[in-house]
Amino acid sequence: MTETASREGLPTPTRPAAPPGSGLFRRVRNHGVSLAIGVLLLFNLLFTPNFATVGNLRLQLVQVVPIAIVALGMALVVATEGIDLSVGSVMAVAAAIIPLYLGYGPWLAVAVGLVAGAVVGALNGSLVAFCGVQPIIATLGVLVAGRAAALVLADGRLVEIFDPTLQTLGNGSVLGVPVTLVILAVLATLVVVTVRWSVVGRRLVAIGGNRAAARLAGLPVRRTLLTVYVLSGVLAALAGVLNTARLGASDPSFVGLLIELSAITAVVVGGTPLSGGRIRVIGTLLGALLMQLIAATVIQHDLPDSLARMIQAGIIVVAVYVQRDRGGA
Amino acid sequence: MTTVRTGRPPVTGAGLASLARRAGAPLVLALVLVIGAVAFGEGFAGPQNIRNVALDSSYLVLIAVGMTFVVISGGIDLSVGSVFALAGVLAAVGAQWGSLPAVALPLLVCGLIGLLNGVLIGRARIAPFIVTLATLLFARGLAFAASQEGNKVYLIPGDLTLTRIGQARTLGVSTPVLVAVGVFAVALVVLNRTRFGQAVYAIGGSPESAELMGLPVARVRVSVYVLSALLAAVAGILVAAQTSSGLPTIGEGRELEAIAAVVIGGTLLSGGIGTLTGTLAGALLLKVIQNLINQVGTLSSYYQQVVSGVFLLLVVLIQTGLSRRGRVDEEVP
Amino acid sequence: MTLHVEAVSKQFLGVLALDRVDLVLRPGRVHALVGENGAGKSTLIKVMTGVHRPDRGRITYRGEVVGFGAPRDAQAVGISTIYQELNLVAAMSVARNLFLGREPLNRLRLIDFAAMHREAQAVLSRYGVAVDVRRPLGEFSTGVQQMVAIARAVSTRARVVIMDEPTSSLEPREVDRLAQVIDLLRADEVAVLFVTHKLDEVFRLGQDVTVLRDGRRVFSGEVADTDRLRLVATMLGRPVDDVSAHGLTSFGDGGGAGPGDDGVAVLRADDLSRRGALSHVSVDVRPGEVVGLAGLLGSGRSETVRALFGAEPVDSGTILVGGEPTGRRWSPARAIAGGVGLVSEDRKVEGIVGDLSVRDNLVLAALPRLARGGFVSRRRCDALVDTFVRRLRIKMTGPDQPVRELSGGNQQKVLLARMLCLNPKVLLLDEPTRGIDVGAKAEIQALIDELAGAGLGVVLISSELEELVEGATRVFVLRDGAVVGSLGGDAISEHRIMTTIAAAAREEAASD
Repeated sequence: MTETASREGLPTPTRPAAPPGSGLFRRVRNHGVSLAIGVLLLFNLLFTPNFATVGNLRLQLVQVVPIAIVALGMALVVATEGIDLSVGSVMAVAAAIIPLYLGYGPWLAVAVGLVAGAVVGALNGSLVAFCGVQPIIATLGVLVAGRAAALVLADGRLVEIFDPTLQTLGNGSVLGVPVTLVILAVLATLVVVTVRWSVVGRRLVAIGGNRAAARLAGLPVRRTLLTVYVLSGVLAALAGVLNTARLGASDPSFVGLLIELSAITAVVVGGTPLSGGRIRVIGTLLGALLMQLIAATVIQHDLPDSLARMIQAGIIVVAVYVQRDRGGA
Repeated sequence: MTTVRTGRPPVTGAGLASLARRAGAPLVLALVLVIGAVAFGEGFAGPQNIRNVALDSSYLVLIAVGMTFVVISGGIDLSVGSVFALAGVLAAVGAQWGSLPAVALPLLVCGLIGLLNGVLIGRARIAPFIVTLATLLFARGLAFAASQEGNKVYLIPGDLTLTRIGQARTLGVSTPVLVAVGVFAVALVVLNRTRFGQAVYAIGGSPESAELMGLPVARVRVSVYVLSALLAAVAGILVAAQTSSGLPTIGEGRELEAIAAVVIGGTLLSGGIGTLTGTLAGALLLKVIQNLINQVGTLSSYYQQVVSGVFLLLVVLIQTGLSRRGRVDEEVP
Repeated sequence: MTLHVEAVSKQFLGVLALDRVDLVLRPGRVHALVGENGAGKSTLIKVMTGVHRPDRGRITYRGEVVGFGAPRDAQAVGISTIYQELNLVAAMSVARNLFLGREPLNRLRLIDFAAMHREAQAVLSRYGVAVDVRRPLGEFSTGVQQMVAIARAVSTRARVVIMDEPTSSLEPREVDRLAQVIDLLRADEVAVLFVTHKLDEVFRLGQDVTVLRDGRRVFSGEVADTDRLRLVATMLGRPVDDVSAHGLTSFGDGGGAGPGDDGVAVLRADDLSRRGALSHVSVDVRPGEVVGLAGLLGSGRSETVRALFGAEPVDSGTILVGGEPTGRRWSPARAIAGGVGLVSEDRKVEGIVGDLSVRDNLVLAALPRLARGGFVSRRRCDALVDTFVRRLRIKMTGPDQPVRELSGGNQQKVLLARMLCLNPKVLLLDEPTRGIDVGAKAEIQALIDELAGAGLGVVLISSELEELVEGATRVFVLRDGAVVGSLGGDAISEHRIMTTIAAAAREEAASD
């Protein structure tokens, strides 16, 4: 007989509540990534020799592609108040599959890799949506088993790949723009469109924002969650494929190692709260870029790599702390 | 008016579920041991192999004991693998000045990292997952920084008391195993027989209730993260003493292994339910299975991880399945 | 006096939850605190026990002004509380729950479980609870859990015991036991604050009574000096004699067009039961009809509409939509597809998606109908939003404004529009006008009228009797999860509804 008396005494505000946070604080919060990227760029332009060369800028962008693609999928999952720790292992699985099917043609190999990503994503999604397992633990199990499965597939070896098609995919250019970058741009556009205008996109954000309300509005909560994890799996697999193509080698032991952490960081720093209900696609891309810039700055100044890690750690905590009180999240 | 907020819906069919939770891991462990002994005989059940498995398990047990406290309190600690590595490096660094600094330095620094975790989680109320993810990166970075990006390997002199104790065997049992057994025994008492232990369970079972019952929620939360970091540090120091060096690269993925051991042992990640004996069985189970796969010889060692991961998923599925039975399926797509 | 609350006020997000409330607890006396949902009872308790701090006013305990920072502080000085949401840990044993934080220790400062179990058994047997105290609390009925909570609170040698609806999950036999416990407490000169919405208990257990309504104290006095009908009237904010009830709401006369007697029910429930919530509830609504559900807090009104919508399961009974029985897998998604809409009573928790825009919130349920090939047509979306924003006069800066920034009334309109844009045949409205400003209230009332006039079936839950009297064609009165009366036509009056509620209460008291 719950007549929701527990909420008694906390009536909904009858006048608009002021958005939390003071002006400056809010501005830093909303544009923190761009600000940080700007500062880093400026610093590098002034103090890093050869930073502003086309070659270097191009390299920075190419290197950010795998994290950015994975982060796009992660952003979708996080928007539903979930998390996908298995992305790095999915990359490894896709990478391990490429040499196995290369004999049937590069495109088939790529397709099988992507399908494998979808299957792993479907496994994650089923565990979360239908079995009610917490996202973190479901994808943790897949993280552990997935990379090992990839190593089993590849027999733990690094396999060099000589295939012109994959070579072009990984290192080629279209009108001077790297192919991988074009792919990222297309994907990002697709995700933006999906999130803004597709039924699934609107639903996943609503589910993350208020699951009870989404259910009462008749949304297919489980089906949507399944879709989201499948998308994350496919995107991670694609990142694995591109990585393999770029390196000209399938290296399941190291491809995508710890990328889940970078991707989550990019998502969170980009303004998508871990509590779901909001997604910032461009912010996610900028978050990924910021992570890359930090690493690049550290490397080019011959600073210890450990510094990059510690800065990353600080940024995560600050980003989450700053977003903590936002919109009831 | 059945607004009963008691953490989770009353579990029906609890008998079977809790039995599976409590006895599952030890039973499977016994089964695996028997199978191993029958299949491989001396190679598996012989003293040399038993010693190896015990030593290999002792570090995991130490870390998993701390993790059990954290998980029962409703949290998670991803930083233990990095803290483990950091402690090893700091022990090696400290060993340049003697045994005492070799132990004190890592315990101090890692304790502070645990405190940082605890304060950010317990007081600032940031999600444990994120906080410990950050300290995972931070501690790993510190470990590399302390070893000149892994380029300098500090060696621990062999004549140091720490090394001698660390590599000693008492009645054929290596020191890390003894430490793990001792820590486990003390932890058992702390978790089950002290008010602190009861508070850990209560906070994990229902933080709101614990608050309203007047328990010091924030303080207990801080304590479990400090405890977890300290135990990971102890494991790291022991590894350093065993190997006479501190490597910043070790322990990657240890946190996942520890979480897996805890979950396989029947502790619920949602908090409030779990046992240390289960964790012990879970940790041993993981290590024994890895050992068995090694024994097979023809199987690549990667199967260890496949089995661990699949095992973890199966356990979680069974747990969720059992605890859901009899509960209303509230959502039909 | 043991505890004295003086002119305490408390605001949440700009809303006054408590407005200069006074309350006096005296040793050896039971003070009953009554009021409808949202009256401020729980907030008052939380202010008294250190969960919230009062914005204004002061609390005096045993002659000293106190300011508790946390529940621990209040407990430390002897104010013990049994909160409405039982605050226990289901996974821990009964004994551990009973002694959590004050377990008996042995010489080694370790918990003495033998002593703890012995004492737990002894304490509980005094409350007539004979269970294995080593079993997890969650395995026992809510009645047992409630008794454990009470035992925990009382056994701390408290000087003040606050009970927030302690009987809501108790069997009559257990209530008797509780009454004995309360007698013992009174004999010990303990002051008891007893929150309830059951009138019998006020008269059976209480010596003093205070009625809260909309965060204000509207009545306070000795129980002996008042009567049942008067309490019902003050709780609902209606003068006993005032049955004129004209011009109070924006409903037209008669409420809706009114159906022919031969109209087939567009939505009908037969014999719905769920353990502990509903017992044999049968209601029906025909096209063009506004059917009201009346009853006090906890009477099963919300549970009924939620079951009709598939949002909560039932143990038995059938639901028919347009005469067709629904299958076993009845769910909100299917209900919506079948032309049933629900606007839940809790806008914030189950209604709005606060971070999303007005547009997104409004079209949430209609997405598939606005989409082609999986993508939402911006044009059709905007057209729909535009139509309903104008029709319901939703005030906002634009369709992109986050819905959380809107006023309660406008949020409610968005939620109504979310369902209306699906062209439903039946609309289930759970307290649609609660907590919103007068203007929006009038508009929503007029809208309900208009919808019924257009042939929609409406089920309306309202704690405001005048809404039911003026808006509804028929009214079902519920109590304790059962329909205890049904009124139609001219028989619908505030007085009749109140007497039906009070009479049902009296009958039950007599039959106990």
